[in-house]
Amino acid sequence: MSHADFVALFPLMIVSATAVLLMLSIAIRRNHRTAAVISLIGVAAALGSLPFASSVAPRQVTGFLILDSYSFLYMAILLIASVFVFLFGYDYLNRRQEHREEFYLLVLLATTGAMVLAASSNFASFFLGLELLSVSLYALIAYIRTERVAIEAGIKYLVLAASSSAVLLFGFALIYSESGSMKLSQFTAITSSTGQTSSVLLLTGLMLTLTGIGFKLAVVPFHLWTPDVYEGAPLPVTAFIATVSKGGMFALLLRWFHPQGEGLAGASGLVLSIIAIASMLTGNLLALRQTNVKRILAYSSIAHMGYLLVALIAGGTLGAPAATYYLMAYLVTILGAFGTMTTLSGSRWEASSLDSYRGLFWHRPLVAAAFTTMLLSLAGIPLTAGFLGKFYVLTSGAAQSRWVLLLTLVVSSTIGLFYYLRILVVMYGRPAEPVTIADAGTLPLPLPATLALAVLTGLVFLLGLYPTPLWNVIVEATRGLG
Amino acid sequence: MILPSLIMTLIVGGIASWIVARRSPDAARWIALVSVMVDLAMCLGIWIMQAGRTPERWLVECNFSWIPQFGIRFHLAIDGLSLTLLLLTYFLGVMAVLSSWSEIREKVGFFHFNLLWVLAGITGVFMAVDLFVFYLFWELMLVPMYFLIGIWGHERRIYAATKFFLFTQLSGLLMLIAIVALAVFHHQSTGVYTFDYQQLLHTSLSPRAARLLMIGFLVAFAVKLPAFPFHTWLPDAHTEAPTAGSVVLAGLLLKTGAYGLIRFVLPLFPGPLRELAPLMMTVGVIGILYGAVLAVGQTDLKRLVAYTSVSHMGFVLLGIFAGNQIALEGAVVQMVSHGISTGALFILAGLLQERLHTRELSQMGGLWETMPALSGAGLVFAMASLGLPGLGDFVGEFLVLLGTYRSNARLAIFATLGLLAATLYGLRFAQGAFQGPNRHHWKLPDMRPREWAVLGLMMICLVWIGLYPHPVLHTIRPGLAAAQQIAFSQEMVRR
Repeated sequence: MSHADFVALFPLMIVSATAVLLMLSIAIRRNHRTAAVISLIGVAAALGSLPFASSVAPRQVTGFLILDSYSFLYMAILLIASVFVFLFGYDYLNRRQEHREEFYLLVLLATTGAMVLAASSNFASFFLGLELLSVSLYALIAYIRTERVAIEAGIKYLVLAASSSAVLLFGFALIYSESGSMKLSQFTAITSSTGQTSSVLLLTGLMLTLTGIGFKLAVVPFHLWTPDVYEGAPLPVTAFIATVSKGGMFALLLRWFHPQGEGLAGASGLVLSIIAIASMLTGNLLALRQTNVKRILAYSSIAHMGYLLVALIAGGTLGAPAATYYLMAYLVTILGAFGTMTTLSGSRWEASSLDSYRGLFWHRPLVAAAFTTMLLSLAGIPLTAGFLGKFYVLTSGAAQSRWVLLLTLVVSSTIGLFYYLRILVVMYGRPAEPVTIADAGTLPLPLPATLALAVLTGLVFLLGLYPTPLWNVIVEATRGLG
Repeated sequence: MILPSLIMTLIVGGIASWIVARRSPDAARWIALVSVMVDLAMCLGIWIMQAGRTPERWLVECNFSWIPQFGIRFHLAIDGLSLTLLLLTYFLGVMAVLSSWSEIREKVGFFHFNLLWVLAGITGVFMAVDLFVFYLFWELMLVPMYFLIGIWGHERRIYAATKFFLFTQLSGLLMLIAIVALAVFHHQSTGVYTFDYQQLLHTSLSPRAARLLMIGFLVAFAVKLPAFPFHTWLPDAHTEAPTAGSVVLAGLLLKTGAYGLIRFVLPLFPGPLRELAPLMMTVGVIGILYGAVLAVGQTDLKRLVAYTSVSHMGFVLLGIFAGNQIALEGAVVQMVSHGISTGALFILAGLLQERLHTRELSQMGGLWETMPALSGAGLVFAMASLGLPGLGDFVGEFLVLLGTYRSNARLAIFATLGLLAATLYGLRFAQGAFQGPNRHHWKLPDMRPREWAVLGLMMICLVWIGLYPHPVLHTIRPGLAAAQQIAFSQEMVRR
């Protein structure tokens, strides 16, 4: 490994080193604030190292990792998302008398896993990143050990994630037996082979691999774990699953399945289209009857992954940038949504039932305004990030004449609007009996979470109003894909 | 710079009145009133200044780059059509603020914030000539309107607000697909991404693509208008909204649909227009008759007025697709005078509800005895609504029928039947509410000076348009001619 390779690996190494450092510091003395500060500094240092690392990019390091501007862009996204998870997690854990420090350790490890996914170019590094992410998540989901739902969610995730990993491995094996190569770049070859039929083994392997990927992204029909895990996991962890875990996996999917020139065709195009349509419709339809905000957001995330797939399938010159922009808009929004919920949660309960938002606007107008912004952005109302993301997805789809997908997107997002409106109605309705309000109303707004929420609200509007600089960066980074 | 400042005045005014309302609700009302009046004054200024000049394509224009990668520009421009509708917007805006002065007592600041932001969205819709910006404002109208209905509305407000939002959102998204597809097609044929109205006018489209895109636009505008099968949100939304909300909905939001048809559908898709025009005219006539017949059967005052809107908007639709200048001008005059007369009827319904605490016609009757002035005003607006000559609505309907007769005599005859039904519901309202014996022995205060001012001004405007519509026609003519020329050029030659 040359000097330049080391420089390129800086971001990954700094995050892992921070995890080790944090472990040592916990061993010496438990202190919540120290743990939070160490992790934040570590993540900030990793973010700071990105410009240096990208100065030596693009670079293939050891056949496992490909470090180019695309990887670094996604690493930046994941790291920034994890910063917000830390900020919200700090307040959340402060209210809950639990072992708090390991949370940061696990989040750092999981973030490392997601970053490896974004940069991996080989089956081995793919699997390594995936397992690093999953194993940390098992513990994170069941982090609040006094709650039965958390344990249940953890077990559920453990069983399903482990079996999906097994399926994924089997897919790898099939592909390897046929092609003799462990390179992820062969996906691009298989999916974009126009006309000539790939062998059955390759195709089966590809589908099994897609199963594993689909599980992490929680698209239909691999979505069954989502509502339970979203509901059972502590709020910051739910935010983490929704952002970093999905973001890392999507980075990998977009890089290796992103079709050049024309959109996805053939078997993989068909399968992904069906998955996208099913996810958009199922997610939005199932969310309609939920009364738990976490479950609503879980189902809405399924639909949003469907929207993302539309841009991926459309491909062309606009597909990858549109998907990336949409993902960023979604991450900012969903972090804001879960962040709001975190700030409203008390020491023994989470603000997850719809009733705990009744009349929120009249006693806490600013928090309610932030939550409204997030919901409108999820619904794709103009001036918010979600709208521009949706606009880009629509444009990329229209450029490739994917009308069926686009119509499904439009119809399903109208269905989706209904349940976002339901939350709004509750928030702006008459306040409920004063019992819950007194509890929620007396909670002081913690400083770090408030700051984070303000920043996220600002970002939602910034991404919705002035996309130009970011769009240029994304186009630049995704140019070399494939 | 005057065009963005129209929007900014409302946006800033809305935020200011929200903040101030904590201290004093009256200050919030005054801020809202002043900001709408400032806009009204600015528009009147533009109107007076342009009166003597030779008309160019746009009277005022402003154009900034926004998202250069897709050629999206913050491009606003107004011609006579936009200007007329902007004047209507601010006139009704002032009326809406004044009419909610004593009705709205809860959350005054947030109410005026939403009211001003709806007006800002409507302003943007009437000014945008970049299709992306147009869509942006189109959607922006929705959210504050949703809150207006959902928070300050009557008994079934949540249902009505949600239905309104879903209808408009679905149709709006279809339009967004059409807009994006239009830009993409333009890109494919010229290599340039643009959403600019005047450049997209020259996009060459295959007949099939043009038809599909036109349907995308048409659905959005037909829902907003509303045209016959898409009208079901309207009676609910109008009935449940607070007075100011009903005024803005009936007076302005419906007009954005008609405006979109004239501004975008007519000139952008001349080809499929000729095929679809007879169908759309038929839909218009169905709307006229259907709305009028249903209005006759209503017992809820606001619902009755809501159905008359469906009927009147049928005339607008008929006029737009009749394919000649007279009918189109008639449609625009109808839009303006319907905005005023229906707005006034909703204000009247609000006044009655404030005093009687009911909107049921059966609970009223003989109100003339106790409130002669208010009843007299009611009679005037009912007459306007049924199309009495000398009042604004008559001019519009007459011109529409005249123009329609030229292109399709049979439909014109059927549409005239709508006027008959209009007489029925107009008289039923006037008689049921104001005439006859005072069976319920109401003893109520008559109009206050503020209410006099509101209804009196609206009455003057209606009489003005009814007797001397020339200024309005003169202002809208150049803009309409431009739209008309592209849309029906071949037919004009043939005639």
